[in-house]
Amino acid sequence: MRRAAWIAFFFVSLVALLAAGLMLNPREVPSPLVGKPAPHFELPLLAAPDKSFSQKDMLGKVWVLNVWASWCPPCLVEHPVITELSKSVPVVGLNYKDAREDALPWLKRNGDPFQLTVYDQKGRIGIDYGVYGVPETYVIDRSGVIRYKHIGPLSAQDAQKKVRPLIDELSR
Amino acid sequence: MLILFPGAGIAQAPDVEERVKHLAEELRCLVCQNQTLADSNAPLALDLRNQIREQVQAGASDEQVVDFMVARYGEFVRYRPPFTATTFFLWVGPFLFLIAGAILLLRRVTKSHPEAPGLSDEDRARAAKLLE
Repeated sequence: MRRAAWIAFFFVSLVALLAAGLMLNPREVPSPLVGKPAPHFELPLLAAPDKSFSQKDMLGKVWVLNVWASWCPPCLVEHPVITELSKSVPVVGLNYKDAREDALPWLKRNGDPFQLTVYDQKGRIGIDYGVYGVPETYVIDRSGVIRYKHIGPLSAQDAQKKVRPLIDELSR
Repeated sequence: MLILFPGAGIAQAPDVEERVKHLAEELRCLVCQNQTLADSNAPLALDLRNQIREQVQAGASDEQVVDFMVARYGEFVRYRPPFTATTFFLWVGPFLFLIAGAILLLRRVTKSHPEAPGLSDEDRARAAKLLE
């Protein structure tokens, strides 16, 4: 009987271990950028190619960087959440590997929640920010340090439970 | 920075390509996670291969290229995880299981079985009768 109990114990632990593993999201790779200064960029604006913007321009403010593209359906899914978020915190868009003639009408069609959008046509700045699954959302603090990175569309729940409280805390 | 040091010339190209290929095989494509950058056709994999090429041409060592990727995408970008405290069980686990299995098997095989009960005279007589 003791033996059967051991086998049952082993089996149940194995199932528990595998179940825990299966419930993890393999796409959520911990970013080494959290806790580090936001990588430097100096990019032209999407709406005004002759003007440029740098992450340094936001020093002293808590802000959100949202990486999006017109070719990215999940970006449209999270769009209302970003729009809601933008009412209380400055959100800067980073238009990733897109074309101006697609991106600008996208904003017109769906509404433009961004304080401004920078244009990363080649995706080079995306690489510096470790972007691999658009959309991605970063919360950056007053001193320019990345405090949170979200990969994939931001759900209303993510915004409410993770992003909002963090922004409130950082703004205090 | 890298733009300041353009490729060293066509003569070196095959060597550069070899190194780019080698590095791309050591790095994971985060879009299709079970593929290396060399295998993947994802647009990001292409960008990252170009990035590797640029750096190799600018004279970066293999280690510098890998560090560049790790700084942006994390340790997960290494297709072959390094042996650290967090990956200890990943590397050693299978061998531990192998040893545990071997011990269990050995114990089972060498466990002294109680003597099988011998044949009684009656059984022998019956067997002899059957064999006749």
